[in-house]
Amino acid sequence: MEFIFEWFRVLYDETGINLPFLYDSYDRNRMVNGFLTTIWLSVVCLFFSIIIGVIGAWLQGSAFTWTRRIVNGYIQVFRNTPPLVQLYFFYFAIGTILPKVENDWGGQSPILGSFAWAAISLSFFAGAFNVEIFRSGIEAVPKSTVEAAEALGFSKIQIYKDITLPLAFRVVLPALNNNLVNLVKTTTLAYAIAVPEMLYEANQIWSDNVNVTEMMLFMLLAYFFLVGILVGGMNRWERAMKIPGYG
Amino acid sequence: MKFNTIRTLAMTLAVSALSVTAVSADILDTIKERGKLIVGVKADYKPYGYLDTSGAIIGIEPDLATDVANRLGVDVEFVPVVSSNRMQFLEQGKIDLMIATMTDKPDRRKVVKIIDPNYYSSGTNVLSLKSLGLASWDDLKGKPVCGIQGAFYNKATSQTYGAEIVAFKGTAEAYSALKAGNCAAFVYDDSAIVAKTNDPEWADYEMPLPTIDDAPWGLAVPLGEDAFADLMSEMITEWHKSGRILELETKWGVANTPFAKAMNEKFQ
Repeated sequence: MEFIFEWFRVLYDETGINLPFLYDSYDRNRMVNGFLTTIWLSVVCLFFSIIIGVIGAWLQGSAFTWTRRIVNGYIQVFRNTPPLVQLYFFYFAIGTILPKVENDWGGQSPILGSFAWAAISLSFFAGAFNVEIFRSGIEAVPKSTVEAAEALGFSKIQIYKDITLPLAFRVVLPALNNNLVNLVKTTTLAYAIAVPEMLYEANQIWSDNVNVTEMMLFMLLAYFFLVGILVGGMNRWERAMKIPGYG
Repeated sequence: MKFNTIRTLAMTLAVSALSVTAVSADILDTIKERGKLIVGVKADYKPYGYLDTSGAIIGIEPDLATDVANRLGVDVEFVPVVSSNRMQFLEQGKIDLMIATMTDKPDRRKVVKIIDPNYYSSGTNVLSLKSLGLASWDDLKGKPVCGIQGAFYNKATSQTYGAEIVAFKGTAEAYSALKAGNCAAFVYDDSAIVAKTNDPEWADYEMPLPTIDDAPWGLAVPLGEDAFADLMSEMITEWHKSGRILELETKWGVANTPFAKAMNEKFQ
């Protein structure tokens, strides 16, 4: 392994192509940690944004006016404001008014750190879109199917869980796919509140080594492959869920 | 290739500067004839050079420039400069003298005449809560430390002292993150931190550590102006000897820096 790393140092000496995150162990650790943080943040946000989408779409069909109004209000707020503004708002505005806790170094720090705020903010942001995406799927399920289920004595929650949602899922996958791809790319914004994800670490490395071109190129390829893996997975899932004769 | 270009450029600049000064008469004569010394100073670097409420440039460096003008027996005029144009202004003759928080670097000495001895110096330090009681840089180990994205000392602080750097885009974000308790300290230029500790809003904070990466500042005159350079060198020595720098630091609310104290002792 060391041999390969050394080869990149030679590459730099010989050609001027500087990839310190391969030959310098300190920069390599930073980059690996950044990569893992990006993946972890993406996974957390994907999970919670889908949960928010499913629950939100269910609540939108609620019989209570106020439940529907609250869900719609949430969608409007999070869909109509830029995610960067939301991040700043959560981290600098909400974060500072929450109670503080004693930290390891004997000071007082906010109860939630930058990673937690990024996860919350981005989940809500993507979740708002997911609610609308799931609603489109639910509305695509024929009324007659729901009526048939009601006639068979299914309860309201059973109909949503066992009839509407599984059918809706198949309809929404292409749109959901789009939104989740966007979500993974939006995690780069967490850089603004100092979450040490890939772009943040890349910025640190290029400030120290002045190799902006190489790092930009690497970032582009890294995200291309990361999102490529997600899209590949979603496409497989889409195929696996296909019901012959339906959608 | 890149290096060659820079070297050629630097050479060209140096040569052109020389040829300009060769034709013009001694700059000291020009200043006296004009009856006015034109000095390039910072206008955005409190308290070294900044604007007061009436828009006039005030601060430590303008005061030093006034000393020079008094010595020459002429009036003084300030021209606000920024880091990216200060050396060019001097080369083009827009200013006679530049006192603008410039770090003394060998490649800069090729373009302008930086006067020895250095008149000031700044380095890296941290701003942190008094209650934390930091005493050495090693105390930062494992603690989150705010920083500015792209600052050269971020790497050193995390690599040498084991701090976890939390870097923000600008100083405003870093200061508010420090205030909110997201980091144990904020690593930045010591000269800027000193100004902050004098701010009543930051009364609970201090600059507890010894300054590292200390780099001297140099004031400069155009290349080839040897008579003016000798005069300035003499003036700087006198400033250090008489304690003028220490006096100005006190006047503008800066704690006396180790560099100013050491220079004061050296020239006694």
